[in-house]
Amino acid sequence: MNKKEPLFHIVKRDVLPWYKSWGIRAIAIVVALIVCGIITTITTGLNPFKVYGAFIQGAFGSGRKVWITMQNMSVLLIISLALTPAFKMRFWNIGGEGQVLVGALATAACMITLGDKIPNALLILIMTVSAILAGSIWGLIPAIFKAKWNTNETLSTLMMNYIATQLVAFFTIVWEVPKGSFTVGIINQSTNAGWLPQLFGSKYLLPIVIALLTTVSMFVYLKYSKHGYEISVVGESEKTAKYVGMKTEKIIIRTMLLSGGLCGVAGLILVGGINHTITTTINSGQGFTAVMVSWLAKFNPITMIFTSFLIIFLERGAGEISTNFGLNQSFADILTGIILFFIIGCEFFISYRIVLRKKGDK
Amino acid sequence: MFDIVAFIPRAIGQSVPLLFGCTGEILTEKSGNLNLGIPGVMYVGGISGVIGAFFYEQACAGGDMNGFLAIMIPLLCSLTGSLIMGLIYCLLTVTLRANQNVTGLAMTTFGVGIGNFFGGSLIKLSGADVPSIALSRTSGFYSRALPFASKMGWFGKIFLSYGFLCYAAFLIAIVAAIVLFKTRKGLHLRAVGENPSTADAAGINVGRYKYFATCIGCMIAGLGGLYYVMDYASGVWSNDAFGDRGWLAIALVIFSIWNPLIGIFASILFGGLYIVYLYIPTGMDYMEFKELYKMIPYVVTLFVLVLTSMRNKKENQPPASLGLSFFREER
Repeated sequence: MNKKEPLFHIVKRDVLPWYKSWGIRAIAIVVALIVCGIITTITTGLNPFKVYGAFIQGAFGSGRKVWITMQNMSVLLIISLALTPAFKMRFWNIGGEGQVLVGALATAACMITLGDKIPNALLILIMTVSAILAGSIWGLIPAIFKAKWNTNETLSTLMMNYIATQLVAFFTIVWEVPKGSFTVGIINQSTNAGWLPQLFGSKYLLPIVIALLTTVSMFVYLKYSKHGYEISVVGESEKTAKYVGMKTEKIIIRTMLLSGGLCGVAGLILVGGINHTITTTINSGQGFTAVMVSWLAKFNPITMIFTSFLIIFLERGAGEISTNFGLNQSFADILTGIILFFIIGCEFFISYRIVLRKKGDK
Repeated sequence: MFDIVAFIPRAIGQSVPLLFGCTGEILTEKSGNLNLGIPGVMYVGGISGVIGAFFYEQACAGGDMNGFLAIMIPLLCSLTGSLIMGLIYCLLTVTLRANQNVTGLAMTTFGVGIGNFFGGSLIKLSGADVPSIALSRTSGFYSRALPFASKMGWFGKIFLSYGFLCYAAFLIAIVAAIVLFKTRKGLHLRAVGENPSTADAAGINVGRYKYFATCIGCMIAGLGGLYYVMDYASGVWSNDAFGDRGWLAIALVIFSIWNPLIGIFASILFGGLYIVYLYIPTGMDYMEFKELYKMIPYVVTLFVLVLTSMRNKKENQPPASLGLSFFREER
């Protein structure tokens, strides 16, 4: 056993003060931006500073752009908040995409079948209830499997996504206008029945208000309520939770009902408040992006405001450079990917530290 | 009415990308890494091959193409591309112990972005009017069937009419099964996936096994992308054409309960299910039901997933440490 002591070893850190851990993250983002700049220059031959300028232009270039940035951020934030209680419970709900889609589907169904038949206020109430219900059911199914038979939830929620997508595809063709177009078109364009109301004359404000309210309530729910405590105990150790007499099955099912229901609200906003139509790609993969947003924020609802902002900023900025410089829209995905890799990687340096072998140390 | 001789080759053509993805992901998952980046890896595998083929075709635009080079250049490009993706994933999840789900999803975003971006750039470079590039000459080498296939009637059509990558897919799946279940290396790999601490105590280098399994798995999966472009789509790359096959491959892993041999049959079944809606006579009035048929593979997979967890048989379970990072100093 004359194996040499390795050059370095890795030790778990105590909790870092917040400014240090955010400093590490900031360094990671800066390094990521430099790498992105280099890659942009290599692949497109553009001046990276111009590209960064265009990034900011894309997100904040005009009043309307700022509003759209905020609106997109709100939707992403709501989905991320929805997934968070499940994640805190170590229930990997990758099914946000599907839960949002069925919420959107339920909303669209109400708008199409009930539009103009009942008073608008009642219609919106029914839409809200059915969207939440649909999302909850989509969350409940994998939760029951997990609680009863310990079915791997990452995989089952993933499958639920595609079932939801095909369900939406099915109804898109059932409702298509005109026949053969494979799109639903703007629902109730003439009557605006079931369109969510505008707040203070701005069509962008409602999602933002809902997102802020959700953020605060989720923060309180997770931190100060009995439910929130139970969730974190189950997340830390299911055995401990069972030992102290918590009904883990009940907690899993209850939390996933909440998670799915809130995703349904995001679907309601997407259809009733923003797009007024339904497509299979209405959510554009935000159910997956939200997983990253929630994780990057270490499951803290307040921090999630910043992480969702970061992602949307990247998306909008990269969208801008795509149009400005005649690049393909997918360039955004590459840049987002690179930046995510760096942030994901830097978490290591927050939780661990590397200790070099000391000279003469045996 | 139902032409089975025409149906089977199409189903098998559909199944090959899935089988590559599935075999790759089984190897990866057996090491305890749940790589949700497989869809991205398959895109990268496809586009890397396309880039290689594109420049080789440009280089010998007037002259003849060397058959050996026409196959080897895209193949090596594809393998390198997916290997790099595998290394990124391992660096983050094994060395830096990042969360596997988040890393995998980021990889998918990144990989699909790479595929569509470079695909789009090449389309622009080639100056075509249609939003796709056709590499029909390279594809000619990839999809060349066995020479005597056309002379053997239905037998030739069903068994001999495929390009070499198709046979490679089946061969790789069989080899993977033998390695996993019949060799010492495979035993060690499964030990790493089930219980890394125990494996570590037994003197197995956990990190090295995870790296090798994941990178080889990614390279195999990347071949699925290459096969799709070069053979199935006859050399035509168009953005997003590969679709959700990567996710379907992950579903297939569950369906085949982590056994590449079952994966072979399951992938043919899935390939058939993927296109069966084309053969169901619904008529133009009932187009919507085709979308419901497309749901079948996912519903079936979910059913299998639940069923295996209900029966709770030891050998049919996911690897016990699937999705968890291993930290030696943390017991």
